[in-house]
This record gives sequence, structure tokens and C-alpha cells, in this order.
Amino acid sequence: MSKNSNLSVLLNGIIKENPVLVLILGTCPTLATTGTVDGALGMGLAALAVLVCSNVFISLLRNVIPETMRIPCYIVIIAGFVTVVKMIVQAYLPDLYATLGVYLDLITVNCIILGRAEMFAGKNPVIRSALDGVGMGLGFTLSLVVMATIREVFGSGSFAGYEIPFMQEYTIAFLTKAPGGLLVYGLLIALIYVVTKGAFPKKKSFSCEGCPNASNCYTPNCAEKGVEN
Amino acid sequence: MEMFKTLIIILLSSVLVDNYVLSRFLGICPFLGVSKKLDQATGMGVAVTVVMLIATAATWPIQYYVLDALGLGYLQNIVFILIIATLVQMIELLLRRFSPALHKGLGVYLPLITTNCAVLGVTINNILDGYTFIESMVSSLGCGLGFLLAMVLFSGLRSRIDESNIPAPFRGLAVTLIAASFISLAFMGFGGIVENIFA
Repeated sequence: MSKNSNLSVLLNGIIKENPVLVLILGTCPTLATTGTVDGALGMGLAALAVLVCSNVFISLLRNVIPETMRIPCYIVIIAGFVTVVKMIVQAYLPDLYATLGVYLDLITVNCIILGRAEMFAGKNPVIRSALDGVGMGLGFTLSLVVMATIREVFGSGSFAGYEIPFMQEYTIAFLTKAPGGLLVYGLLIALIYVVTKGAFPKKKSFSCEGCPNASNCYTPNCAEKGVEN
Repeated sequence: MEMFKTLIIILLSSVLVDNYVLSRFLGICPFLGVSKKLDQATGMGVAVTVVMLIATAATWPIQYYVLDALGLGYLQNIVFILIIATLVQMIELLLRRFSPALHKGLGVYLPLITTNCAVLGVTINNILDGYTFIESMVSSLGCGLGFLLAMVLFSGLRSRIDESNIPAPFRGLAVTLIAASFISLAFMGFGGIVENIFA
């Protein structure tokens, strides 16, 4: 598999540059929607749809959009697709719409999508951008589902709404609440560090330049770039 | 009097119970990114509060007198994000022109706020909750103050974390998230207080 093959672009987002667990992008929806597996899966797939559409569209327009105006252009394109996805979800999946609520709107300001537009779609041809969108979207969905599984199984003793007989009697209720999300996320990041022996979080290939907060960001990832204000 | 009570309840619940950062998870990026030092945390908190208030003052009338009146409610998302982005740019320009000192203090945080989900979140939530204009402004003020409170509390905690000896896998983001989890746990204690405040 050559380094630049289309397959590697696809896999990149799922494992090596997993947006949630390695790049640490899109933390808000990650924490907010992983209380239940259903919510996490819905959020992941909605973001996947927006990401693929916006990546394709931005890639098509990459030679037309002026360099200095690119961020507002990207945001309008993304907001447009978010509106489309929101209307589809509202019409066909009203339960999911009620669960996700305002977070569906907030896909607009999800760092992952703007980040991929800036990092990848604005510089690469359409097919590769689409594959990157699918990979990143799947990576996002996968990490959300993993987190939601931990939180739902231990927090409310069920999986995607189905009750698990034994777990039902020993639930840790706070895992499904707000603090549980932060705790599980922290533990997962520590676990990734142990499993990879620190190889991933230390890599310098973080897509911080796509993150709107990068210039003022002090997380270990962005600090490596030496950005100070 | 009844209205006053409602406003107090909205204010307290958005600062303490439904804290935007700690229980609704909006604005996590700046919360984790800019909370390392107290002065930066305060600056960011104040800037977010100001932008939230101005954004609400602009988006509420537009939603009710332009979008709803013309049957364009579905454009809410696109219109709001554009309004917020433009407002932030304008505030930055005005500050730079008329108050360089203030610009030096707050200006650096302004560009980051454009895509801060807390600001878009609060404007959309105000519409979803069906608040009146005054209620929306109070709710935005509360959310901003809640954000400021969380940032200031957390920057204090982080300066302690920086000085301690943390096991390697937890260094950096992991321990920060776990510390945030404990603060969030503490804020859960406020649940149920506000509803009964006038009982």
C-alpha cells in the first residue's frame, strides 16, 4: 500500500488520525451526545454526511474560492449542508432529532469539519476529499460509539436501549451524566497513550491549523507548534 | 414581580445548574485551550460574555421579525453563524480603532469566538426555549457568566495540576479532562436548588 493511495486516505481518518481520540477535535459533540449509543451513532452519521458533502463541495470549489475569504465561504457551505441534514433528520427520524436537539445545529461549528476543509479538501482533488470525509466521519462515529458503549453499559446497564440483565443491578449512574463524559474521555485518551506507548499523541501531524482556536490553543498538540499570542 | 422571579430563575439556572461548559458541553475548546492562566481565562470569559450578549441582541429580532415573518425559519443556522462572524469582526475593528487598551486585553480572543459553539448554541437555544427578548438577554448573560465562572475556577485548578507529578499516560489532556469531570460533578450539586428558590 503506497503512502498516498486512496485506501490509506480512507484509513487515515479511522485509525492513525482519528479525529476524536488522536487529533482531539470536535470535543463538544463527543462529550454531549455519548450518553446513549443511539445518540452517538446518530450524531456520528449526521456529521459523516455533512463532512462528506462539504469536503466534496469545497474540493470542487477550491480553485474558485479566494484565499483570504476561504473561512467564511467554508462556514456558509458547511452551514448549508447542516441545514439539509437537519431537515432530513427532522422529517424521517423525529426521535433522533429530539435526542440531539441543538447539537445537530452545532455541527456547523464542529472543528472536525472546518478542520478537514482547511487541511484537506481545500488542497486535494474531489475523490480523495470524499474518501477523507468518509474516513474521518467513520473515525468520528466509531470513537463516539465506543465512548457511548462504555457510558451506557456501565452507566445505565443497557446497550442501545436494550437492557443487559446483570449490569442493570450495578449501574454507575453518574457516567451517563455530564461528569461521566469528561471522565471517560480522559481515561480513553490515557488508554490510547498506554496502548501506543505515547507514539500517537506525540506526533506532530495535528491539523491544528484548521482549528479556529489554534492560535490561542494551549493543548499539548497545539503548543508544539509554538503558537503564542 | 412574577417576571422578576422568572428572570432570576433563568439567570441562576444558566450560571449554575445548566452551566454551558460543565453540563451542556458547549465551548469545550476554549475551556480546555485557554484556561491555563488566570488572566487569559478571565479575558476569554469576558469576551465570550460580551459577544453572547451582542449576538443575542442581534439574532433575536432577526429571527422573529425577519426569518419568521418571511417564513425562512430553516435558514436560521446559516444566518446566525454569518451574523455572529460579522459581529465579531466588527467588534474587533471598533475596539482596535477606539480602545486600543481594551483591544489588547480582549482583542486576541475575539477571532476565536466566531466558531465557538457556545455563542451559536446560546442564540439558538434562546429561540428554541421560546424566551422573550428580555429573557433571552438574561439567559445569555447567565451563560456568559457561567462560562467565565467555569474558566476561572478551572484555571485555578490547572495551575495546581501543572505543579504536580502526574503519571505519564495522564499528562496533558487526560488529566485536564478528569479534573474538569470533578468540577462538573461539583456543579451537579446545584441541580434542584434553583427551581425551589422561591418556594
